[in-house]
Amino acid sequence: MSSQLVVEFKPKLLQSSEHELCPGCGHSVAFRVVLDVVEELDLKPVLLAGHGCYTQLMVQSDLDSLQCLHGRAPAAATGVKRMLPTTPVITLQGDGDMVTEGLHEILHAAARGEQFTALLFNNGVFGDTGGHLTATTVVGQRTKTSLEGRDPALHGYPLNIGQLLAQVEGAAYVARGAVNSAGMIARTQRMVRRALELQLEGAGFTFVEILTMCPTGWFVPTSEGPEYLEDAMITTFGIGELKAPPG
Amino acid sequence: MTTRLMQGSEAVAEAALAAGCRFFSGYPMTPFTELLENMGRKLPGAGGVCMNAASEIEAVNMTIGAAATGARVATGSCGQGLALMQEGIAELALNELPAVIFNMARGQQDYFQATRGGGWGDYRTITLAPRDVPEAVEHTQLLFYLADRYRTPVVLYGDYVIAHSTVGIDVQPIEFPATAPKDWALDGSMSGTGRARQIWTWALGKPNTPGPGPNGSWELIAEKYDQIGRAEARHEAYRTDDADVVLVSFGTTSVFVDSVVDELREDGVRVGSFRPITLWPFPGDALEQATRGCAHVLVYELNAGQLVDDVRMHAADRSVIRSIGGVSQDPSGMRQGDLLNADILRHRVRDALGLTPQGATS
Repeated sequence: MSSQLVVEFKPKLLQSSEHELCPGCGHSVAFRVVLDVVEELDLKPVLLAGHGCYTQLMVQSDLDSLQCLHGRAPAAATGVKRMLPTTPVITLQGDGDMVTEGLHEILHAAARGEQFTALLFNNGVFGDTGGHLTATTVVGQRTKTSLEGRDPALHGYPLNIGQLLAQVEGAAYVARGAVNSAGMIARTQRMVRRALELQLEGAGFTFVEILTMCPTGWFVPTSEGPEYLEDAMITTFGIGELKAPPG
Repeated sequence: MTTRLMQGSEAVAEAALAAGCRFFSGYPMTPFTELLENMGRKLPGAGGVCMNAASEIEAVNMTIGAAATGARVATGSCGQGLALMQEGIAELALNELPAVIFNMARGQQDYFQATRGGGWGDYRTITLAPRDVPEAVEHTQLLFYLADRYRTPVVLYGDYVIAHSTVGIDVQPIEFPATAPKDWALDGSMSGTGRARQIWTWALGKPNTPGPGPNGSWELIAEKYDQIGRAEARHEAYRTDDADVVLVSFGTTSVFVDSVVDELREDGVRVGSFRPITLWPFPGDALEQATRGCAHVLVYELNAGQLVDDVRMHAADRSVIRSIGGVSQDPSGMRQGDLLNADILRHRVRDALGLTPQGATS
């Protein structure tokens, strides 16, 4: 009996849907949200990615891509956008890349009002190295470098990067979504679309944080990832637009 | 032809513009600051962008992004600032991105930093060390060409004297051969075509256009640096044909060395000088030839002994090599100190040759 392809779930902007992400990882869903918006808006962007599990998604994408030093994608994107002011520019970083190693670069890019869209895939853990504490690891979360859970007395508190960026004058749009439910995915897709539309309008720096699941790095069963994200991360950081121009 | 009186930093900025530089980023640090100021003043009028970055790390990473679009780009700093940039310089090299790095150094103690670097991986940087402002103007333009030709970061090793000396100069564009089109540059135009491009030091490529991967890519890059090593070494040998004594130095120190060579020649000393113009690739064969049969090879550098390592690797007879320079910094920490002085140099040469009159000191 021959099989027939009835439907393909691979976005057009992926050259291959092969990947080495763990079961239950939210990154592939988050990346799909981004690619769908790029396709909807018919954009031909340059993508800059940092170092993390999501880097392989950059490789699979059919987007002109620059892999950046850990934490420095916003600086490199500044160079790209300043030389190509009419080209859409998107950066993709994880929480370790952007908030731990690269806080300086993201804050200054926002303050300068750089006209690119910065995306943060935030799962609160260094997944690629095997589950270590980042600047967004929530209080109580167990990692290999906070074995008994993040203790403010020992490890300090997680940084709310969205809240920080929302205070910066040069930031035009700051939002936080998640990919732990169908409704949340649809809502996040609208945020990414708004950010890219505002970039095209030259509104200033645009930022979308996407909370994604990392059951491997959280040491929870795969099926509990979405629920853990809700309980641990959404409770800590919240969901919604933190800053948006009227309209 | 219009000769204008200008500071070395302004002349170098004019040369960068003449070479087609369209992006510059930097963080203020003496004596590099005036180059940043001049680029900030001149680049916008030439259709370019100059960024006062928030750190040297940010500056070099901005440069990586701008270079990836195919524009002619530059950044710079000195000493500690360049130390912060080393990771980015290695990234430029291993991504094969052309960029010019202006090192307006605080003296000569950063020879190792310029020639060995502190980044990761198998890479080198072509490093030119001009002796004065006119040569810095020429080298600046040559460096933009070499960067594009070999797709590599390159370094100008200047200093306080070059950055801050005011000279009369007419900066004219220099013609170089055409370089290959930058079909690797990213502009988004290949996105969605099935043939999107990717720049990454791991050189994995995309599923539709696989790259050679890290080993394959880094072997090709190593071969490229071997080729540069054979093709791009530059030097100047002055009065070395019949010399018994060869003084070796680099950069602005060489101006003082050559003047002392002339004085000692008048005293009948058969002395000449040799200077590497490219600190890397080091002109080893030329040094070997210039020092063949010499009784003395004296290295005058304003540091604890860095260039002398390269001299030891290449001089015809290692047993005749001596360092006669030394640590030399002025109290501000910005300039070459007391040893940038022809009298001291002359005494040190005479001492080394046993020509100092009894009772005299150096």
